Amino acid sequence: MKQPSKPHDVGGLAGGPIDPGEHDIAYWEWQIDAMIRLALKKGLISDFAEMRDGIERLAPEDYERLNYYERWATSLAHTLLGKGVVSREALDAKVAEIRARQSAEASQ
Amino acid sequence: MSDHHDHDHARTFQPDHTEPTSDAALLGLALRELLISDGHYTAQEELRMMDAMQKASPHNGALLAARAWTDPDFKHRLLNDGANAIKEMGFNLLPIEFTVHENTDSTHNVIVCTLCSCYPRGLLGMSPAWYKSKNYRARVVREPRTVLKEFGVQLGNDVEVRVHDSTAELRYMVLPQRPRGTEGWSAEQLAAVVTRDALIGTQRDLDINAVAD
Repeated sequence: MKQPSKPHDVGGLAGGPIDPGEHDIAYWEWQIDAMIRLALKKGLISDFAEMRDGIERLAPEDYERLNYYERWATSLAHTLLGKGVVSREALDAKVAEIRARQSAEASQ
Repeated sequence: MSDHHDHDHARTFQPDHTEPTSDAALLGLALRELLISDGHYTAQEELRMMDAMQKASPHNGALLAARAWTDPDFKHRLLNDGANAIKEMGFNLLPIEFTVHENTDSTHNVIVCTLCSCYPRGLLGMSPAWYKSKNYRARVVREPRTVLKEFGVQLGNDVEVRVHDSTAELRYMVLPQRPRGTEGWSAEQLAAVVTRDALIGTQRDLDINAVAD
């Protein structure tokens, strides 16, 4: 049986049942999707191959663990960090800020 | 979707959905806020982009199928040079290559993207979750007849199955067979019975009594 060289290369592998159900795309997922398209439109990334490359470089356990939009978010973050479009410090600070905002909203 | 039929497009994006809490989702949202505050794009541009993304629906692909059934010259162009033919209908996937594969009595086509999730979104809208799932991507190239059976497509042994694996540079769509009993129908009437799954290939026979959304 074929062994995938990378986690995304799944064509031809055995697999389980396919869940044919429809699922709604959450608001934050639309935001991630729009962000990728806008990053492309604004030239922050050169093409989708660059995004896909980021996904293909995810560790196998991350690829398995993350859902679809989480993979795209992670890939874009890594790519833009690598290009210096955003800094690690600014990104970490913003994550902390969103967490704080969420817990403030939850406690209301 | 909500019962609201107003013009507040944002409403249809389900802002009430549970807040994401995973590290990866928050990383993405943090990146989004930074890109906006740094002026790389505006919240207004984001809304316009989401609106445009929502407007693309399988009805676009259905219109192409219906025109192909009613206009043999267009069908010829669609099957031979899809990327340019769809421009006649106001659609454009360029610079990506686009190829339409026609189902016949002896052939059934189905599309997948084994490496990722490539999909002709401008013609079919957002892809269903199963299309992006590992199980679909892995299995449809390995055991297409079994997978199609699970989707309710029963194929005789005399029907050849062709699976088309999309890439970042090449997208596919299936042209389903025109259903019997639709002689004299207008392209609009025909388009209404064409479903997303038929354009992907996980449905073969169209139901002429069902009107697609």
